Amino acid sequence: MKTLVLVEHDNSSVKDATLSTVTAASKLGEVHLLVAGKGCAGVADAAAKIAGVGKVHLADDAAYEHQLAENLAPLIVDLMGHHDAFLAPATTTGKNVAPRVAALLDVMQVSEIIGIEGDKTFVRPIYAGNAIATVESSDPKLVITVRGTAFDKAASEGGAGTVEAVSGAGDAGLSTFQGSELAKSERPELTSAKVIVSGGRALKDSETFKELIFPLADKLNAGVGASRAAVDAGYVPNDFQVGQTGKIVAPEVYIAVGISGAIQHLAGMKDSKTIIAINKDEDAPIFQVADIGLVGDLFKIVPELTGKL
Amino acid sequence: MKILVPVKRVIDYNVKPRVKADGTGVDLANVKMSMNPFDEIAVEEALRLREKGAATEVIAVSVGPAKATETLRTALAMGADRAILVQTDDEVEPLAVAKILKAIADAEAPGLVILGKQAIDDDSNQTGQMLAALMGRPQGTFANEVTVEGDSVTVKREIDGGLETVKLSLPAIVTTDLRLNEPRYASLPNIMKAKSKPLDTKSPADYGVDTAPRLKTVKVNEPPVRQAGIKVADVDELVGKLKALGIA
Ligand SMILES: Cc1cc2nc3c(=O)[nH]c(=O)nc-3n(C[C@H](O)[C@H](O)[C@H](O)COP(=O)(O)OP(=O)(O)OC[C@H]3O[C@@H](n4cnc5c(N)ncnc54)[C@H](O)[C@@H]3O)c2cc1C
Ligand SMILES: Cc1cc2nc3c(=O)[nH]c(=O)nc-3n(C[C@H](O)[C@H](O)[C@H](O)COP(=O)(O)OP(=O)(O)OC[C@H]3O[C@@H](n4cnc5c(N)ncnc54)[C@H](O)[C@@H]3O)c2cc1C
Repeated sequence: MKTLVLVEHDNSSVKDATLSTVTAASKLGEVHLLVAGKGCAGVADAAAKIAGVGKVHLADDAAYEHQLAENLAPLIVDLMGHHDAFLAPATTTGKNVAPRVAALLDVMQVSEIIGIEGDKTFVRPIYAGNAIATVESSDPKLVITVRGTAFDKAASEGGAGTVEAVSGAGDAGLSTFQGSELAKSERPELTSAKVIVSGGRALKDSETFKELIFPLADKLNAGVGASRAAVDAGYVPNDFQVGQTGKIVAPEVYIAVGISGAIQHLAGMKDSKTIIAINKDEDAPIFQVADIGLVGDLFKIVPELTGKL
Repeated sequence: MKILVPVKRVIDYNVKPRVKADGTGVDLANVKMSMNPFDEIAVEEALRLREKGAATEVIAVSVGPAKATETLRTALAMGADRAILVQTDDEVEPLAVAKILKAIADAEAPGLVILGKQAIDDDSNQTGQMLAALMGRPQGTFANEVTVEGDSVTVKREIDGGLETVKLSLPAIVTTDLRLNEPRYASLPNIMKAKSKPLDTKSPADYGVDTAPRLKTVKVNEPPVRQAGIKVADVDELVGKLKALGIA
């Protein structure tokens, strides 16, 4: 089988989410990549070095700079003329474009796979991970999004792919990019952090969240996450949300501070290797999944903990 | 301008889903069902646009069993003007739902279709994008803010790295994220009024859509369960554990 993987990048470097998608694709067959963007030849060269990669299709055009689905989908559909499966990371970019490709190919997408059991058989979580479905596709081509935490990352060096320029129809004339507000942070990115400290509604306000959670995270070289309640209340921006409808994470250690453990939150972090919970309510559901729990007032515990590290 | 709002009847978000013992799916017998929370946000946004004068009519659509009528009545009680039930007892996949919605959009010619970004049961996160593809129209997914101006809509989107703004020409498809708005509750008088609002019942065949599934569910299992671990007595003991884990 010939697969085509959408490379996630910012026109200057390959994002990690690509690497686990390459691993998933390599279980299906030959791995070809698509780098679509503007001034992104360097990304294509870097992508060609990913272990196990064959051809790298490079579509360099202003229309692809911001990964607008309206412009990308027709390009991908063209390339699918000679590929059997399209795979994208289950990031906001992949989730935006893959279903558009699937519909144009008249294919039912298989969303957020966590396992591959055969050429057409995939494992995916449903109901916020409270059930795991194994599904078999009957479509002639496959369109798949891949949950990054479920597959090892392919090595980013050692491959010998070849870059080939392709061109597509360019601007579909339906949408324009206006701007973005991207969070800049020195801290590790949530989806690749080894340690995550997450704060919940109990943190009271944005000031308190910053004063308590950030220093603890910095001591542990951790990424910072949050519950939906903390994001809705404006303590931190939306890209901090961990959960069924936010980011799915699986770090070595996940520390939940003042988070109750609603099923929607658990869906995003219960595959973490070690879960630590700090909560004043000893019956909080988070303790049912925590490996290590500390019952008590976070306003006392967290400063003391940060001080002793 | 009309706004079409597809709403799905799903397990209530407060219910913990249980897998059926025979591994064929999730047990939905006698389980509380509600409108998909993202769809409540979609209905709310459509109503606000109508209240601002940007839209004239809000039409709720659901594809599902006769009981999805309840979900449509909820949308009507919130303030939608009329509803369409595309009745089927089959499991309809996002691609087929998108095809049905496309046929309805062809007939109703809405300026906007606002959907939820994902249904909390199947978690597919596909239907809106598929509908946009089939209609050949632009998509503003994971919307945090929606502004209609003239013949375009500006959508601020929640993305992995923060927020992004795109401008789409109308007609367009929008899918809602959590921060778009806080949906209103239906008041008792409005719930009563909703009972007499128009609700059409159709079938997938009326739209010429074949709903045969493309994905076969081989089995549905329980996820591996995590066992509760230990409790530590104080911060010192916790520091010891963090050291043992090699992170402190
Ligand atoms: C459609 C939908 C999607 C959702 N998606 C997500 C999602 O992706 N991610 C997500 O997280 N949620 C999601 N939710 C929300 C989820 O249902 C919960 O409401 C949310 O996770 C609760 O956040 P919390 O644990 O911070 O707040 P709460 O449930 O209010 O918990 C606060 C906790 O802090 C503890 N506490 C209070 N004071 C202290 C103190 N001084 N010291 C120590 N502990 C203290 C309390 O005992 C309590 O356990 C979603 C909900 C819906 C309907
Ligand atoms: C064998 C099999 C068994 C299944 N069992 C179940 C089951 O037990 N329970 C179950 O719920 N699903 C089940 N499904 C899945 C179901 O048939 C659909 O595939 C799935 O619910 C649609 O995906 P989604 O709702 O997650 O789409 P998403 O793309 O996540 O939905 C996004 C948005 O699209 C709109 N939308 C989606 N569906 C509809 C609809 N029907 N009417 C109106 N608007 C809609 C809503 O605005 C929604 O917020 C099963 C599928 C198969 C093949």
